[in-house]
Amino acid sequence: MMPIVWPILVIVVTVFGVLGVAALSTTLERRLLGVFQDRPGPNRVGPFGLFQIIADAMKMLFKQDWIPPFADKWVFLIAPIIGFLAVLLSFGVVPITPIWGVAGELNVGLLFVFGMLGLGVYSVVLAGWSSNNKYALLGGMRAAAQMISYEVFMGLSVMGVVMAAGSFSIRDIVEAQTNCWFIIPQCLGAVIFLLAGIAETHRLPFDFPEGENEIGAGFHTEYSGMKFGLFYLAEYAGVALSSALITTLYLGGWHGPFLPPFLWFAIKVFLLICFYILLRAALPRPRYDQLMSFGWKVLLPLSLLNILVTGAVILLRAGV
Amino acid sequence: MNIMLELYGLIAIGATALAITRTIPVHGLLYLVVSLLALACMFEQLGAPFAAMLEIIVYAGAIMVLFVFVVMMINLGQPDQLREKGWFAGGAWIGPSVISILLMGLLVYGLNHNTMAVGTVGAVIGPKAVGLTLYGPYILTVELSSFLLLAGLVSAYHIGRRIGGNS
Amino acid sequence: MLGILRTIWLTFLHMFHRNETVQYPDVKPYLSPRYRGRIVLTRDPSGEERCVACNLCAAACPVDCISLQKGEKEGRWYPEFFQINFSRCIFCGFCEEACPTYAIQLTPDFEMSEYVRQNLVYEKEDLLISGPGKVHDYSFYNVSGLKIPGKNKGEAENEAKPIDIHALMP
Repeated sequence: MMPIVWPILVIVVTVFGVLGVAALSTTLERRLLGVFQDRPGPNRVGPFGLFQIIADAMKMLFKQDWIPPFADKWVFLIAPIIGFLAVLLSFGVVPITPIWGVAGELNVGLLFVFGMLGLGVYSVVLAGWSSNNKYALLGGMRAAAQMISYEVFMGLSVMGVVMAAGSFSIRDIVEAQTNCWFIIPQCLGAVIFLLAGIAETHRLPFDFPEGENEIGAGFHTEYSGMKFGLFYLAEYAGVALSSALITTLYLGGWHGPFLPPFLWFAIKVFLLICFYILLRAALPRPRYDQLMSFGWKVLLPLSLLNILVTGAVILLRAGV
Repeated sequence: MNIMLELYGLIAIGATALAITRTIPVHGLLYLVVSLLALACMFEQLGAPFAAMLEIIVYAGAIMVLFVFVVMMINLGQPDQLREKGWFAGGAWIGPSVISILLMGLLVYGLNHNTMAVGTVGAVIGPKAVGLTLYGPYILTVELSSFLLLAGLVSAYHIGRRIGGNS
Repeated sequence: MLGILRTIWLTFLHMFHRNETVQYPDVKPYLSPRYRGRIVLTRDPSGEERCVACNLCAAACPVDCISLQKGEKEGRWYPEFFQINFSRCIFCGFCEEACPTYAIQLTPDFEMSEYVRQNLVYEKEDLLISGPGKVHDYSFYNVSGLKIPGKNKGEAENEAKPIDIHALMP
């Protein structure tokens, strides 16, 4: 009985945990943005404005769920579902503690995450196409170019970690950081991964697919109600995912003194989410071509250099 | 017999058939993506998770997105759908389907009578084994394909340069 | 590059700054008595309406939001109706400056939202208050030379007796 119940429990708790974290980080973001801008943020609903999530969710659920008559109905429907599922599935391979994790020991875990991120592009692109709206289409096209490009740099920057740990399994990577977190030898890769993570989750300051002041609301211009809510949740779940990935790949996952493993993981993820929000508060959006040329002319050579140096150091250490 | 493998195969065949018969190009591409995902699942079932993941990342995640991108850009509308419908109306599909069925028959015959094709279901081939094979016996192929990619990169850079514009 | 890092650091430091927000419905801001808010019509110390329906406020109003009609009762002028359309009013205070009798005054109250725009048209009953407003002991008829019941010409404050033009003595 136990061998069947335990995985199901892990899966259910992880799914609802991710949902909870995504919902909480919406409120966290609004509060923190307020703090960074010398104002309190939403504080009217419940103690410290904590029930704002419930109010938001009720608003989303009770809004009219409208499919435009000119839209491609079925593609319009599945686009947000793809995006949310891709992020949710990626969390499956992230090991949270030594004993907790849906499929953390999958021997191609990291590749699975990249595959799911690659499928997540479809959500934005199809949303942009099926809305049959020129701004949505522009957003979708920007999303396709930006997310595919930055997935390249994301994958290349992680290769250093993979080489150092000698495995694609995220659990092995975390185990390899018992003595030294990878952020110290792989600091260049970590910075590239962070930047690519922002672009991949199309968060500010790289939120070109949305770009409110340029192209309406971008790919979700025509979305309303809970379908928009799914995009919204997927974005914050994406932030949580990329924080969790940086934690496991570069910051030693659950490793840390004194405190229990889960707490260390949660603290690191929380601080990274706060850092993402700080970036949003601090930085303006660059121009679209600036983003692309920055990616291909700066990040790509840097990540290749990172791979080269890491490989050379590993070979020298091995004494070949 | 691995029942999951059979199911994935059925999904792949169905999705491919739908990909051919859809009149809206984006729908067809989506079915093609589903078919590729089913193929990836089959690879995983056959014990090649690395190949499965590469299938998802490269084919479903990058190449098909570019296909969708291009189809979005060229903005096919109602007249194109009608034209596609016209293509299905006549006997135009008889020839290709006869040839495909012939090919499938040959394939089935060959698979059944080939003693070399030993099912290796169960033996998992990890990333390390793939890498050792690629950079061991197949190093020439890797180098050749990297040449090809380099040529593609250079020509793309050449085509994409600005002509006479100010930076 | 350094500029970006500096921006991030400066934004981070704002975490430790004081909030600029006034929690408005909970914490009301201080408004001086001279604040130009909701317009009222005041009464003189004896409890009569101060307004003499001279129409100067309506003439001074740049957006024409005041309308009134003169009536007459026992020699005293008064407005039969007096409307201020607050959906037009810009709270410039010109009416208060124009008023010769301190009748129309602006108060430090601005919380006058309505769900129906029509409700923003205030009638005389809505405008009249029971007190003298900012000017406590001014009564127009006590200082003006007009004859009203109970007060003849020459009986107002600081008013000389009327000159008998038929008398020969200087």
